[in-house]
Amino acid sequence: MSEPVVVARNVEKSFGPNRVLRGVSMTVAAGEVVCVIGPSGSGKSTFLRCINHLERIDAGYLSVGGEMVGYRRSGSRLYELRPHEVAKRRAKIGMVFQRFNLFPHMTVMQNLVEAPVKVLKESKRDATANAEALLDRVGLADKRDAYPAAISGGQQQRVAIARALAMRPELMLFDEPTSALDPELVREVLAVMKSLAADGMTMVVVTHEMGFAREAADRVCFMDEGCMIEEGAPDQLLGAPRHERTRTFLSRVL
Amino acid sequence: MSTEPGQRDVSTSTAVVAEGTGAEAEGLVVVPARYPGRWVAALIALGFLAIVISAFATNEKIDWGAIPKYMFSAPILTGLWHTIMLTLLAQGIGILLGIFAAVMRLSENPVSRSIAWLYVWFFRGTPLLVQLIFWFNLGLVFSTISLKIPLLDVTLFSTSTNSLITPFAAALLGLALNEGAYMSEIVRGGLLGIDHGQTEAAYALGMTPRLTLRRVVLPQAIRIIIPPTGNELINMLKTTSLASVIAYDDLLHGAQAIYNQNLETLELLMVASAWYLIVTSLLSINQFYLERHYAKGAAKQAQSLLEVWKRAFHWRRPVGV
Repeated sequence: MSEPVVVARNVEKSFGPNRVLRGVSMTVAAGEVVCVIGPSGSGKSTFLRCINHLERIDAGYLSVGGEMVGYRRSGSRLYELRPHEVAKRRAKIGMVFQRFNLFPHMTVMQNLVEAPVKVLKESKRDATANAEALLDRVGLADKRDAYPAAISGGQQQRVAIARALAMRPELMLFDEPTSALDPELVREVLAVMKSLAADGMTMVVVTHEMGFAREAADRVCFMDEGCMIEEGAPDQLLGAPRHERTRTFLSRVL
Repeated sequence: MSTEPGQRDVSTSTAVVAEGTGAEAEGLVVVPARYPGRWVAALIALGFLAIVISAFATNEKIDWGAIPKYMFSAPILTGLWHTIMLTLLAQGIGILLGIFAAVMRLSENPVSRSIAWLYVWFFRGTPLLVQLIFWFNLGLVFSTISLKIPLLDVTLFSTSTNSLITPFAAALLGLALNEGAYMSEIVRGGLLGIDHGQTEAAYALGMTPRLTLRRVVLPQAIRIIIPPTGNELINMLKTTSLASVIAYDDLLHGAQAIYNQNLETLELLMVASAWYLIVTSLLSINQFYLERHYAKGAAKQAQSLLEVWKRAFHWRRPVGV
């Protein structure tokens, strides 16, 4: 088996006195789709944000593609990287947010070409051609000149996925991508994510969509109170959880 | 079907709508509510306005002919040009200083933060008129201003303070430094008004903090910054009249020079006021188009100025009449 894409060992994180992550460990292999479920406040979103260093971890080890995102190791010391060095490493990690976070002053097309041109230094022509292919893939080729405010939430989230893919990431992080959507718009976003999973993208998905976890995930992790309680194949974890807390949680959401 | 007023529960009003879709709906006209109090208030206000206007118009001591006579006279036009130039330069430098100070205020570096705070505290906390007179009199304590290489005895540049700090330079220095302090608070408010999710999304795409500021945060903040900045610009135009105190020949100074000779004080002040009003009106129109330009991507699309005015003065009419 090739080297894992994400390695997390005993990751800890506190906000003031509040210990949000209490030693979380997890590995994600290339091409694997991992869903992280758990009650709100369990630390699952924080853990996801730690993976691309939007949050700094207090203790433990976290690497993506063999590199620590926020640090450089020299002997037994970890040197914190400067913002532009962190930015370089983050460019390989795509992230999709609950609230889409498209740039409202740019058209859909401008949203997609901004980072490839400015960060990856792609030519405008290449970036546009790639963006057109991606918009086609998420079914929004006709919206390329629309502003985000003029399209639906589901369409905005599909654009946000395409924007992340435009950076040709090795890993995609999804932070509750359907939680801010009206129920009838959830399906179109999940369909895009499923096709992405089927194409072999490595994905870590924090979600409340148990149906998606069952269908698309290779593995499901259950987090509660800052700890990874149990993980397993979707059928096993969702169908026959071993842990009491998992059972209680699932009985409430299913 | 009729309903007693005050007895409007949802079920009856739905029933009205349901029945009204039939033949009874035809020929129905909505009559807007009448407000007789508004007419009374309007008449009182117009009455007061008429009294004030007639008090001036019938006053025989005012030489109305002086206004068109001096409106385009050389001292007034020169003063107007100087006022506009000083306004634009001082506001432009003020905006740059403001952006700089705002970014310093929001930086991670505690020294930068404190210096920016100190700058705003000082220049916002002392009267502008005092600052203008202070700069103008700098020559009293520093007789020469020179640029030297420290430790070496090499002077790159040296000049007497009085030749460097002209009335124009003192006015520009005072107005711009003062304006920068106010602008930094406006810019800071604009930057803080942008959802943090925008910064996170940019970071997640591998953008550096500087690129994020330039391409994502500032362009959005400009929308928030423009309306108060337009206000500042109009204020600046009027505030430049303070520079007349330090003998800068602006619009007010031009008017003063004339009325000191012919004693037509109010007439000349009216000439100056008319010019100030004309320029502020032009600035307001400019601001409208600037705001519309930066509204791109906002849900509400702006129209032309004419449409806005038409809408503002449009009389409320019943639908379909």
